Amino acid sequence: MSTEAAAKIRAPKTTKLQRPVGTLYRGREGMWSWVLHRITGVAIFFFLLVHILDTALVRVSPEAYDAVIGAYKTPIMGIGEIGLVAAIGLHALNGLRIIAIDFLTIGPRIQRLMFWIAIAIWLALLAGFIPRQIAHIIAGMAGVH
Amino acid sequence: MSTIEAPRTPVRRRTNWEKWGWLYMRFSGVLLVVLIFGHLLVNLFLGEGVQAIDFAFVAGKLADPFWIVYDMLLLWLALIHGANGMRTIINDYAHGRLRVVFLVALAGATVVLLVLGTLVLTTFDPCIGTPSETLAPLCAAQ
Repeated sequence: MSTEAAAKIRAPKTTKLQRPVGTLYRGREGMWSWVLHRITGVAIFFFLLVHILDTALVRVSPEAYDAVIGAYKTPIMGIGEIGLVAAIGLHALNGLRIIAIDFLTIGPRIQRLMFWIAIAIWLALLAGFIPRQIAHIIAGMAGVH
Repeated sequence: MSTIEAPRTPVRRRTNWEKWGWLYMRFSGVLLVVLIFGHLLVNLFLGEGVQAIDFAFVAGKLADPFWIVYDMLLLWLALIHGANGMRTIINDYAHGRLRVVFLVALAGATVVLLVLGTLVLTTFDPCIGTPSETLAPLCAAQ
């Protein structure tokens, strides 16, 4: 083939490749709620392991228990507790959404709406908890207790 | 001569463990929402929150059988719920021998913590060690 002929061969005209958008799940509320459910679930599980072990120290001695629970009373852990409550709240509310999807006839149809309802309740929950927790943290730092 | 089973004899099915696990996640989930929010309310929200928790606080709670049953339910429902969730995740992301290693470690940790937690709740002694000022009069009376 001559170079002249080769030059005439062009790639077939194509429209610009578009990202796949034709799914109900990918990149949408369904997928992200699943991702969040897994991440919060794993985080809560590892906290639970530690929490059972630290509480088990009540069987060792008051000093041992008070020493380890003292670690939960620091400002850093106080902020960590906000993260813990946030994770538990999201996992709980999305869990109830999953149950509604599985057991209610209209569940799958309103799953996206229920996701946003869960997020709204979650934000309200945190709006109630965070100011109170900050007050506890400040009281702890001031040595009021 | 082999006998042929009568037509329409139902297939003998084994217990569908995956189905029971699936149902367990949902039913324990509903109970855990109530139990954990109650737990957080009493220990983290009301009064002085986490700042109030010490050995005497726990001893006060565990003096009431209500809280022993409550904490026992939390322990078993939450740990099995969590372990079953972790099992699902391990099955999704680990393969071959690594998967078996993870599953065995998970099962081991779960059983150990269930036994430990149950023993702590059933054998709790408020007068162990040196009792605090709050508990000293109670323990001296015993």
